[in-house]
Amino acid sequence: MSILSSSVSITRYQVLGQLADPLMDTLTRLLTQNAIVEIDDEDVDQSAGWTSFEDPFTPDFTGSAFVMGSQFIFSFRMDKKAIPSKVINKRFRQQITKLLKESGKEFLSRNEKKQIKEDVIRELSLRIPATPNVYDVLWNYEKSSIWFFTTQKSVSEAFEVFFTKSFKLNLVRRFPYTAAMESLTNSEEDMLNKLTPSQIME
Amino acid sequence: MLDISVAYNRYKFVGYEFLTWFWFVIEHDPAQLNQIIHENVNFTIGNRIMLQNALHDAVETITIKGDDAGLEEGILALKKGALVTEIHLRVTEEENEWQFTLKGESLNISNLKLPESGQIETRDDVEGAVLEKFFLYEKITVWLDAVYCFFVKIRLSSEWNDVVVPQIKKWILQ
Repeated sequence: MSILSSSVSITRYQVLGQLADPLMDTLTRLLTQNAIVEIDDEDVDQSAGWTSFEDPFTPDFTGSAFVMGSQFIFSFRMDKKAIPSKVINKRFRQQITKLLKESGKEFLSRNEKKQIKEDVIRELSLRIPATPNVYDVLWNYEKSSIWFFTTQKSVSEAFEVFFTKSFKLNLVRRFPYTAAMESLTNSEEDMLNKLTPSQIME
Repeated sequence: MLDISVAYNRYKFVGYEFLTWFWFVIEHDPAQLNQIIHENVNFTIGNRIMLQNALHDAVETITIKGDDAGLEEGILALKKGALVTEIHLRVTEEENEWQFTLKGESLNISNLKLPESGQIETRDDVEGAVLEKFFLYEKITVWLDAVYCFFVKIRLSSEWNDVVVPQIKKWILQ
């Protein structure tokens, strides 16, 4: 989902820790090292990585292209090949028929069938292009805050894991407990840790 | 600090109580919100509100939606002990309007629509458009953060049980 869309959803994070100096060089290097890898011509079914905000299908982080004002802006791209199960089944059964005919056998073993199915999926993966999904990331480095432009749980979880793997920094998602902790004194933190639901209408 | 995944589930109720209180303040004392955020901003309930009643063994979910939907059913649900889990809000500042859904358990902002901003006509306009959008996103998050921070301070004080809960109860029963 793009920052520039007419309607957006946002998951907010606090970033723990900082990147090594010189900051811009480190960030450019880490974004480039962890950029999305194209899988259209590979027998791989999914790929995830960083890409450019302005041109998500041509990742390029040179020349600080990811800096806008005081923000870092780039995108998290997840590509996935979705091969319909009916297509896999059709090709699988065709291969079994062909192999039985060629070998003169009456049946194939479980292992042979498993191998055929893997080969079929690999063959189809090479022929089917991956579907890309792009989610923007806005990183306010000074405030150690990140806005990730989706609220899809599975995507947010993949983003959190990939961010930590790429930058060796942990993310803390903002939700009622963590958001409350941002502004509390030590004694209030203790009170929050012991807080129980109130019964407004008993 | 507690383990994050434990804290997420354990403190969902704080988010639900926050949204219930937020609805109460919007209806009962909207000027209080301007004092909290130090700006002249108008908050109104939008076209969707979701409540959940988990007081008994079974969890009951009540959804009220529609541009002209009355909120009486929501008040009835509150009377039965439900809390607000999700609320659609409209926020206006002069001629600018923000619309979004705020979720209690995560405080995530969904389907956020911003006030009109400049059109992108050339590639050179992109950075300006992003910064303008960012400015508008930041405004709403700063306001919401201030309101949530105010709520948390009250929720942890004796004022919650002594003053606020009786006021909310009175509002629900009136």
